[in-house]
Amino acid sequence: MASLIQTLTSPPYDWYIAYGIIVSIVFMGLQLMAAVMVYAERKVAAFMQQRYGPYRVGPKGLFQPVADILKLFFKEELRPKAADAFLFSLAPIISVAAAYLAFAPIPFGAPTTFFGLLDEPMALQIADVNVAVLVIFAVASMGVWGIVLAGWASNSKYSLLGGLRSSAQMISYELAYGIALATVVLMANSMSLREIVDAQQGYWLGFIPKWFVFPQLIGFFVFACAGVAETNRAPFDFPEAEQELVAGYHTEYSSMRFAMFFMAEYINMVTVSAVATNLYLGGWHGPFLPASVGWIWFVIKLGFLLFVYLWLRWTLPRFRYDQLMSFGWKVLLPLATLNLLATAAGVLYFGL
Amino acid sequence: MPIGHYLVLSGLLFAIGAAGVFLRRNLITLLMSVEIMLNAVNLTFVAFGRQIGEVDGQIITFFVMTVAAAEAAVGLALVIGLFRHRESLNPEAFTSLKW
Amino acid sequence: MFYIFAAVTVIGSLIVVTQKNPVYSLVSLVGAFFGLCGLYVLLEAPFLAVVQIIVYAGAIMVLFLFVVMVLNVPREDAAEWDRAHPLYRPMAVRVGGALAVLMALEFGWALSRTAGMSAGVGDDRPAVSSVAELGRVLFTDYMFAFEVTSILIIAAMVGAVVLARKREE
Repeated sequence: MASLIQTLTSPPYDWYIAYGIIVSIVFMGLQLMAAVMVYAERKVAAFMQQRYGPYRVGPKGLFQPVADILKLFFKEELRPKAADAFLFSLAPIISVAAAYLAFAPIPFGAPTTFFGLLDEPMALQIADVNVAVLVIFAVASMGVWGIVLAGWASNSKYSLLGGLRSSAQMISYELAYGIALATVVLMANSMSLREIVDAQQGYWLGFIPKWFVFPQLIGFFVFACAGVAETNRAPFDFPEAEQELVAGYHTEYSSMRFAMFFMAEYINMVTVSAVATNLYLGGWHGPFLPASVGWIWFVIKLGFLLFVYLWLRWTLPRFRYDQLMSFGWKVLLPLATLNLLATAAGVLYFGL
Repeated sequence: MPIGHYLVLSGLLFAIGAAGVFLRRNLITLLMSVEIMLNAVNLTFVAFGRQIGEVDGQIITFFVMTVAAAEAAVGLALVIGLFRHRESLNPEAFTSLKW
Repeated sequence: MFYIFAAVTVIGSLIVVTQKNPVYSLVSLVGAFFGLCGLYVLLEAPFLAVVQIIVYAGAIMVLFLFVVMVLNVPREDAAEWDRAHPLYRPMAVRVGGALAVLMALEFGWALSRTAGMSAGVGDDRPAVSSVAELGRVLFTDYMFAFEVTSILIIAAMVGAVVLARKREE
């Protein structure tokens, strides 16, 4: 037994175990975040609307997400007869897979040795790809496929229109998203997310951190708008709120398939917030804490951005669809392009 | 992997794409088969680019992708126009210029 | 690894060419593109692999799917497929089949007569996979092609919008 532990904690097995722990942390963490977001959304909405929110299920309503998930579990799994069986089942799988996959190249802490157990530091990241920024963009493009297939496979006119509108919105805002990403890549001189975060170390004048949000205020605004529109959240959630008016792309879904779309939306929110934290808010760097426990700062910044997401939803009215599209194409895209040109000029001539 | 493997794979993909262009009776699937052929050519370019150690293979693949995107957009616009005219996507339906 | 990605690509392409339902063809073409993405990663071109997913699987295929959905493309009729296909006349089948076999044989012969085929792809040279190098060559040696491509894209955009517009009769 002792010799088994001895072999397991020496290379190369210790690396495998540590990697397995990181992958499990990310996977379980994302599911936990989805559940926490379900609860937080209802509580935050309630406090902003001066009411209590869920308070019966468990102390202060903390077990509300468990109740929700149990309800979704036990609902009947329906499929319309005229719906395309293969695509009907494939669409939520694509949505959820893209949502989880997008978190793979995102680092959430400095390379750590797990309190000295490992021989060399291991990055808190599933895949350290040196084109990480583009991988996130590519996986966001695949998320569009889940929605489009859901709209088509339900074989109902309302679902089809909802799916088409939602995917048209997502691909329109992907352009501004990509240009905001390109601007950050210009400033950090690398496409790997870990190097982008490392370029945000240090302070100007001793107390202003060198995060990219300060020189790139317009870029951050563009990225935030495009990110909120990408995840189909308020105030850009016209395709979703069509459910109140007409129908959306996931009306024909019930039980576990709906739960998958639901989870995919919350995990997309978490991913966009995590990417914004890494690109603009300095990732895991922060005062008062050594870099090795920087993941605490990451979680704090992530939590703040998610709170801003919820704040936006319950404060602002939603855009009408044509206002939404004209905002994306006529305001956000030129703004992002001008920002890119200005940043390129700045980097070239002033060496930012 | 020896380069022969990549060449055989790319030739096979090109043949499948060409067979699709000849045998399919749906204009949209025809365009998709053309995309398969373009991808087969891209694979050959990248394989040879890696073989000679230069970056030119990837550059020209970049251009082929861009041109394929432009051609797909214009091709699909034409398909929409044709469908409005004849209500059919069968290439056999557009034979009015045949004598 | 190569065989897995190659199998995914070939099977995806075969499904595209044989399926009657156009949406199934689209989905399997996206699968074939993922296989190609893996092959590009094996050939040490990661930027190109990711751009393949962004451009082909994420944009061009979504465009195809929009057109399929807007036109409500029907399934191809199986009877229409077999009956009187112009390429199924006996002489065409024989000549085409002989030509195909001849080309395959010649391909195999050419490959077997080429030297240096057993080494791995580009084992003797380092690969150029950095995006910085790609960008540098793109904007210095291939500058003209780059600019012409941008004009091409504008022309294609304008052309697509004009061609697909409803005629105001």
